[in-house]
Amino acid sequence: MSGVSLQKVTKVYDNGTKEGVKIIHGIDLEITQGEFVVFVGPSGCGKSTLLRMIAGLESISGGTISIEGRVVNDLAPRERDIAMVFQDYALYPHKNVFENLAFGLRLRKFSEDEIKKRVNDAAAILKIEHLLERKPRALSGGQRQRVAMGRAIVRQPKAFLFDEPLSNLDALLRSEMRTEIKKLHQRLGATTIYVTHDQVEAMTLAQRIVVLSGGNIMQVGTPDAIYNQPVSKFVAGFTGSPPMNFLQGSLGVCADTATVLLTDGVQLPLAASWLPRLAGAHGQEIEFGIRPEDIGIEAGAGFGAERAAMSGTVVVAEPLGAETLVTFACAGGEVIARMPPSVNYRPGEAATIYVDMQKCHLFDRANGVAL
Amino acid sequence: MSATISDGSGGGIFTGKRLRWLAAGIVLLNGFFPALWILATAFKSEIELTAKPITWIPHSPTLNNFIAAFRDQPLPHYLLNSAVVALSAMALSLFISALAAYAIARLNLKYRGAILTSIIAVSMFPLVTLMVPLFEIMRGLGLLNSYWALVLPYTVLNLPICTLILVSFFQDIPRDLENAAMIDGCTRLGALWRIVVPLAAPGVFTAGILAFVNAWDEFLLALSFNPAAAYRTLPVGIQMYQGEFSFPWPTISAALVIAMIPVVVVILIFQERVVSGLTSGGVKG
Ligand SMILES: Nc1ncnc2c1ncn2[C@@H]1O[C@H](COP(=O)(O)OP(=O)(O)OP(=O)(O)O)[C@@H](O)[C@H]1O
Ligand SMILES: [Mg+2]
Repeated sequence: MSGVSLQKVTKVYDNGTKEGVKIIHGIDLEITQGEFVVFVGPSGCGKSTLLRMIAGLESISGGTISIEGRVVNDLAPRERDIAMVFQDYALYPHKNVFENLAFGLRLRKFSEDEIKKRVNDAAAILKIEHLLERKPRALSGGQRQRVAMGRAIVRQPKAFLFDEPLSNLDALLRSEMRTEIKKLHQRLGATTIYVTHDQVEAMTLAQRIVVLSGGNIMQVGTPDAIYNQPVSKFVAGFTGSPPMNFLQGSLGVCADTATVLLTDGVQLPLAASWLPRLAGAHGQEIEFGIRPEDIGIEAGAGFGAERAAMSGTVVVAEPLGAETLVTFACAGGEVIARMPPSVNYRPGEAATIYVDMQKCHLFDRANGVAL
Repeated sequence: MSATISDGSGGGIFTGKRLRWLAAGIVLLNGFFPALWILATAFKSEIELTAKPITWIPHSPTLNNFIAAFRDQPLPHYLLNSAVVALSAMALSLFISALAAYAIARLNLKYRGAILTSIIAVSMFPLVTLMVPLFEIMRGLGLLNSYWALVLPYTVLNLPICTLILVSFFQDIPRDLENAAMIDGCTRLGALWRIVVPLAAPGVFTAGILAFVNAWDEFLLALSFNPAAAYRTLPVGIQMYQGEFSFPWPTISAALVIAMIPVVVVILIFQERVVSGLTSGGVKG
C-alpha cells in the first residue's frame, strides 16, 4: 500500500518576476507504507522544502502529493495526520514535557485517560519518564530531541517526517540517537521520511535513499545500490567517508581489451566485463572513480583477481586507530586509500598501490553520467 | 580641561559613570518628584500646605482629604467609568494589534516596510488635530456620552504602539514552534493564541500596560466626548473638585493618589509576569 506518493511535484518561489524561481523540478516518488526513506543532498538542494510541502507547511506549486491514497494538496498540516521532528526541536517552551507530548492529543479531543496512557507509553519507549514534569529549558540537547520524537509518536500518525533531527547533537550522541531512531522504526513500522545531509545517517537508516540535487532526483535506491552502483559522479561523490576518488583520463578501447589512460602515462586495464558497455567509446574523456577501500598496498591481499598497479608518492597518512587513511599523489591527481593500521608511511615516500579494477567506476567527464 | 566623557575613573564631576548617574537621577527626579509631592500633599491639611517654610513630610498626617475627596464628588463612579473604558480599550487594542502584528511579522506581505512606516507615521498625529473629526464621527454614530465614545478612539490611538511592540516580540519567536503547533492540530489562528501570544507574554504585558495607562490618563477626548456626569472618567472628574473661587489642593491630591493606585497595581501585577527568557529552551539555543 502506498504510504506517501509524489507526482510531478514542483515548487516555485515568488521572487518578483512573473515566472518566479523554481526550487523543486517535478519530483516523482512512491514511498510504500512503513518504508524508511532518506532524502540526502547538498545544502540548498530543496530537501527541507520538499519535506515541508509533504507536511503542508509550504504550498505545492504543481503536481500532487498523496498520503495513504488521499490527495493532501489542499489540506492544512493538521488535517494530514503526519508528525514532524524539527532540527531545532521546536518544543513549546511554556509547557512541560508531559504537556508538550499531550498538546496534539488534547487538540484532537482525546480522553484524559487515553492521553495519560499514550504519553506514558511514549515516554517509556524514549526513556524520558523522569523528565515529564520539566520545562524544555531544563533539558539537555539529547533529551530535547527525545521529547521532540515523543511528541511525534504519541499521535500515531500516518507518516513521520524528520528534518535533520540530529544535526545539533555532538558526534557521540548523534550515533546513539541514530540507533534509537532505527530501533523506533523497527518497532513502530511507520512510514518515515528523513532529511539529512549526513551520508552516514542516510546509509545506516534508510531502506531507500533519495539523492537530490538542485531540486531534482539524482538517484533512488537502496543504500547498497547507491553506494555500489551510483548512476553519476555526483551520487558517487556523495556517499562514503572519505568519498570516492576521481582521476581524470580517457578510454582506450580495442576489439578485446579496454584500458583507462590516466595522465602521466599510467594505464589501467579494465576487466573484460566492461567491454560490452564501452563499444565505440575509444578516446572518450572520462573520470575514473575508485573508493578508498578498493585501493591496497599489496598485490593480491584481500583483492579480487583483477588489480592494477600505480606508482605514487605518499602525501599524508592519517591514523584513525582501526585503519589509516593514506593520501597518495599519483597519475596527475590525489587518491585517498583506506589502509590497515599497520602501514607505516612517511610523507614523500614512493609507493606502489594496487587498484581493484572490478570495483572501479567510470563516468563521462562531460556530464558525469556513469558508463 | 581635556577630560573625556568615556573615562570612568577620571576626577571631574561630569565624567563617565557619574554622568550616567546624574542623567538617571534627573529622570528619576522628574518622574517621581511630582508623584511624591502629591502623595505628601494628600496627607497635609490646607493650613500646613500654605504654611512657610514648606514641609516635606506632613507634620500631622490626616485622612480628611480622602474623606473630602469621596464626599465632594462621586469618586467610585469615576473610578468605575475609567476602569471600564481603560480595560475595554486595552483588551480591544491587544486583540486587534496581535492580529495585525502577526500578519506583519509572519505573512510575507508585499509592502511590509510601507505598512510599518505608515503605522509609525499615523501614531505621530497630534491628538488635537484628530479631535474634531473624531467628535464628528462619534456624533454621527450617536455615540457621544457612552463608553464607546472613548473605548473606540482609545483603541485606535493605542493600536500603532501596541502593534509595533508586538511585531518586535513576535518576530523573535521561532517559526518552527508555530509549524509544530499546526502539525499538532492547531489552525494558524490557534497557533497564534496558544503558542505565539503566550510566548510573547512580556511584549503583550508591555503593550497592555501602555494601552491601559494611555486610556486611564486621557483627558481631552474624555472631556469633549463624554460631558455627561454618568460617563465621566477620572481625569475629567478630578477637574470637578475645582470650585469657581477655590482650588482645594489637598483634596485634589487625595483624589489623584486614589487615581494612581489602579495604575500602580496593574503595573505591579504585570511586571511580575514579565519574565524574560521565557522562550529559552524550546529551540536548541
Ligand atoms: N521563501 C523562499 N523564497 C525563495 N527561495 C527560497 C525560500 N525558501 C527557500 N528557498 C530556496 O530554496 C532552496 C532550497 O531550500 P531548502 O531549505 O529546501 O534546502 P535544504 O536542501 O533543506 O538545505 P539545507 O541542507 O541547508 O537545510 C534554497 O536554494 C533556498 O535558498
Ligand atoms: Mg534544510
